[in-house]
Amino acid sequence: MTNQTVSLPIKPLANKARFPGVSRWRRRLVGYLFVLPYFLVMLAFGIGPGLYALLISFADFRTGLPKYFGAGFSNYLAVFKDFRFVFTITNIGKFLLISVPLGIAMVVVLAILLQMRPGPLSTALRTLYFVSGAVTGPVLVLVLIFMLDPSISPFKALLQGMGFKLTNDVIYPGSLPYLFTIMGFFAGAGLWIAIQYGALEAIPTDVMEAATIDGANAWQKVLFIKFPLIRPYIIYQFILIFAGNVQLFVEPQILAGGNNLGVGGNVPAVWSPNQLAYNFAFERGNFGAASALSLILLAIGLGAAYLIIRWTGFFKIEN
Amino acid sequence: MRTVGDQGILGFGLRWAVLLLFAVYFFVPVLWLILATSKSAPQLLELNPLAFGSFQRIVEAWQRIIEYQKGEVLHWALNSVRYAVWALALSLTISIPAGYILAVARFPGRRLLLWLTLITMLLPPSALVLPMFMELNLVHLINTAWAVILPSAFFPFGTYLTYIYYASSLPPDLLDAARVDGCSEVQLFWHIAVPLASPLLGLLAFINFTTNWNNFFGPYVLLNNNKLFNLPVGIQQFVAATSALRPGFNPSPGVMVGYQQAEAALFGLIMVVPVAIVFLIAQRYVIGGAFTGSIKG
Repeated sequence: MTNQTVSLPIKPLANKARFPGVSRWRRRLVGYLFVLPYFLVMLAFGIGPGLYALLISFADFRTGLPKYFGAGFSNYLAVFKDFRFVFTITNIGKFLLISVPLGIAMVVVLAILLQMRPGPLSTALRTLYFVSGAVTGPVLVLVLIFMLDPSISPFKALLQGMGFKLTNDVIYPGSLPYLFTIMGFFAGAGLWIAIQYGALEAIPTDVMEAATIDGANAWQKVLFIKFPLIRPYIIYQFILIFAGNVQLFVEPQILAGGNNLGVGGNVPAVWSPNQLAYNFAFERGNFGAASALSLILLAIGLGAAYLIIRWTGFFKIEN
Repeated sequence: MRTVGDQGILGFGLRWAVLLLFAVYFFVPVLWLILATSKSAPQLLELNPLAFGSFQRIVEAWQRIIEYQKGEVLHWALNSVRYAVWALALSLTISIPAGYILAVARFPGRRLLLWLTLITMLLPPSALVLPMFMELNLVHLINTAWAVILPSAFFPFGTYLTYIYYASSLPPDLLDAARVDGCSEVQLFWHIAVPLASPLLGLLAFINFTTNWNNFFGPYVLLNNNKLFNLPVGIQQFVAATSALRPGFNPSPGVMVGYQQAEAALFGLIMVVPVAIVFLIAQRYVIGGAFTGSIKG
């Protein structure tokens, strides 16, 4: 330091600029303080339970208290050997094959149709689709049971026309993947339509104008401009819908519960893999097998998401 | 600019046909549910499905629900509000500062946190419910309100969205300028970042509230005291324990008789109406929300 610097008449503007080391250290500390609560809840309710599940899946529960690492892979074997494993995996597979592509296609089609010609009517319809999403979970199951009862449904003309007389004619094992698709779409589509609509709105107008000048018609614009530009949102929807649908639980669980729903006998008590995990844990007390199955499901969901992210280069996290 | 001729008469007709068909699909069940509260079981069979019964029947249904298990419904509604509000407050206070700092600061471990956020975000909470049950059991929180509230404080989706929002919309120069003016790191967050985030807050509050209000799996597994149930689990219990869905049939043993569909429908509406209001308010946040703005032409 020279005298000249010390005797500068102007007060330095920022200490941080003069002591970058101190400043960086302090900013780093503040950074850690900001993420600390988040990191703690992540450990407690995200990563912790995940790792604990891993531990339990290798534990032996036959004596009541867990004997860690006492079971080897026998819990996993018990899951694979259970006759309901293949049954529930097949069920969820059918449901995913129907619900994911159909759901995404219809959401994109509806969003494009709505956004094509904005106006009060288009806004009203979008709101209508969106607000139906408030009906979900157990209430949605309730509504489904009513809608599929040929004696009281507002769609009874249609149901009776197709030859259905009782709710049990409509709700049976073969129809379940379709019914869960109809329900899922009812509850979730409005939100996704709004998101895709927002994505379409964000396409700059000059891009669309340029396409018009180049002579593209409405359908060409959809196929070659709108669709590629909203692709990231479609992938995003794909990942979240797949991960959500793999975990199907509430709908089959409620449908199967109690004869006084009028559908009891026709819906198996355990239809989805998540129900099987629940059954292992809370009806048989086999927490090891339940955890093993949860982890198998988790691996399927993660694997699918990872593949999609890798293939599409989506969700890039910068260095 | 765009006219009918742009798509042709066929395209025009087809577009409206599809849109109106889905309007029926989305709206008729909701309308039916509202009207069903006004009809007795015989009226449901005889009247037009979209006809109105009587106001008196709605009042009757309300009284029957309130009397069910000596007003348990009111407990459930109150619990629903309590769980959702706690979850909202905790998760936003925790995830917004985290998402902000992940976007504006660079520190060791940041990348790892982002990846973990991404991974846990893709796991729906139900996958973790079993180990969570055992974990909460260890600390004796099963069958307390905290068993539902504490896990909902973890909201990775909120952190990730906040991160994307600030990373794309908060210029680093702005923060540097404020630092030169003597702003501390906490002041930066409070006086610059938070006021900029109102659209983001709207979207996050909406997603968080609806998720927690509708939470079924968590309370279903983690609680077995009726008094602690929220509305989703309460409805499931009500429908399974009463004759509400099959008033005309011989009840199975142990089923409470005298309840009709109107009661079930009204019960459903009690759970749905608050969310519907939130949906109406939040729509603009979803459409103009934090997702958009990243598409480049």
